[in-house]
Amino acid sequence: MEHKCDLCDKPAQVHEVLIKNGHKHEIHLCPECASAQGYGGAAGQLPEKIAQKMPATANPVERKASACENCGMTHAAFRRHGILGCPGCYQAFEKQLEPLISRAQGGATHHCGHVPDRHSGHLDRQLQRSRLLKQLNEAIATEQYERAAKIRDSIHGLSGPLLGEQD
Amino acid sequence: MSGWEHGTSWLGESGSDCDVVLSSRVRLARNLAGVPFVGKASDPDRNEVVGIVRRSHLFTEGNDGLTWLEMEGLSDRERMMLVERHLISHQFADATFPRGVALSPDERLSVMINEEDHLRMQSLAPGLALRDAFERVSDIRDEFESTIDFAFSARWGFLTACPTNVGCGIRFSVMLHLPGLKMTEELGRVRQAAKDLHLAVRGCHGEGSESSGDLFQISNQITLGNSEEELLDKFRDDVVPLLMKYERASRRLILDKRRTMLEDKVHRALATLGSARILGLNEGTRLLSMLRLGTCLELVEKPGLPTIHRLLLQLQPGHLSAAMGVGLEDSDEDARIVRAELVRRTIEQAG
Repeated sequence: MEHKCDLCDKPAQVHEVLIKNGHKHEIHLCPECASAQGYGGAAGQLPEKIAQKMPATANPVERKASACENCGMTHAAFRRHGILGCPGCYQAFEKQLEPLISRAQGGATHHCGHVPDRHSGHLDRQLQRSRLLKQLNEAIATEQYERAAKIRDSIHGLSGPLLGEQD
Repeated sequence: MSGWEHGTSWLGESGSDCDVVLSSRVRLARNLAGVPFVGKASDPDRNEVVGIVRRSHLFTEGNDGLTWLEMEGLSDRERMMLVERHLISHQFADATFPRGVALSPDERLSVMINEEDHLRMQSLAPGLALRDAFERVSDIRDEFESTIDFAFSARWGFLTACPTNVGCGIRFSVMLHLPGLKMTEELGRVRQAAKDLHLAVRGCHGEGSESSGDLFQISNQITLGNSEEELLDKFRDDVVPLLMKYERASRRLILDKRRTMLEDKVHRALATLGSARILGLNEGTRLLSMLRLGTCLELVEKPGLPTIHRLLLQLQPGHLSAAMGVGLEDSDEDARIVRAELVRRTIEQAG
């Protein structure tokens, strides 16, 4: 069966199947959208983003943690520059960050200061919203307005106001 | 353009404990939830951040509202002047992507948008005034928080691009004048003590800058595991008094043991500043540092601290260029000639 690209309806040539928490997710992308999403790679090589998710490594847990699912930042790139890619990196690299932060912070491992009156609550929800916003922008850019409306509804379905919106 | 470049910077003022502390600063780092950090963000992301922050009513309400300066619309000279006034960082001045800075009318408050973090809010004050600076920056923090969701986790606190800033995302810092410790060759020990106390010691323009004029910026490195109030109390009540005590003790030691040598250096500095025809930036800053020390120890009366502070700013390349119409390069002989002229004239008027 021929799949259409999830983002633009062109014929899909890059296919990814993810099994997460027992649920199967399929991703189908045309070459242009695949490249834009970081699935590019030289001929004969596994695209980097797929290779990062391959379970056939000696230590699958470490392998999975080597890149942030939200922004694509790799742990190696973080080690080179010392700068994280997005708020989601704190979750993706939590195990590696724990000793580093603790050392830099005189042994402290938990926040004890100011908590904003209105924050998004759980980081998971912030990340979910971030992904939906990205998809929304892509849907608008490719004039998939029906899809954009659905994504917009999903964003509104998350509790709390949308980023930057007034109450 | 708002006319900020013609304004008088508060840097000329003197405050509490101004013999050692030139200024206090409190800076907060914040990032918008759901948006990649600045280094990883695309230009549309960065523009979106600017748009969201600028929708805050802080930019529109009343005369105390913030003035917005788009960095890409500023000349090299204007960017340099903002660095010299400590309103933006060198890295921010040199970046090439969408970014801007918001300034309060009195220039004691600035908010850099798209520096290393989406927002870097800072409050500055002359002398030792960390509590005042903290309260002022907390006020704008609350204003922004009322309309913007910041990236926050219950465990790590406010999430920052560099994980060493995580937690409160706060830096308390003071600009210290430490000529006594320099002359008694105690700076190495102070640096070691600062390291043990988890403090950063930097030059007068922050990260990556060299010290000039015996000016050092000292700041806390701990941002996690303590509340903002606890961090403020430790820094203000333990760290800064200790450094002031060391510097004052060094100055007293020099006065007791080598008073004539010190008087000679101070009066030579005043004489050179009052008569030089060509003056480089480093030489000018070094001489003003000596004159400042002599003034604080009451070895000389004129031209006085406010004038010295103003000169320390006016002889910087950006400000000199704006006032006298010369190039920005210190190697430019015209710049050195007009710098000497400016300093000479100012000292003459004050005397």
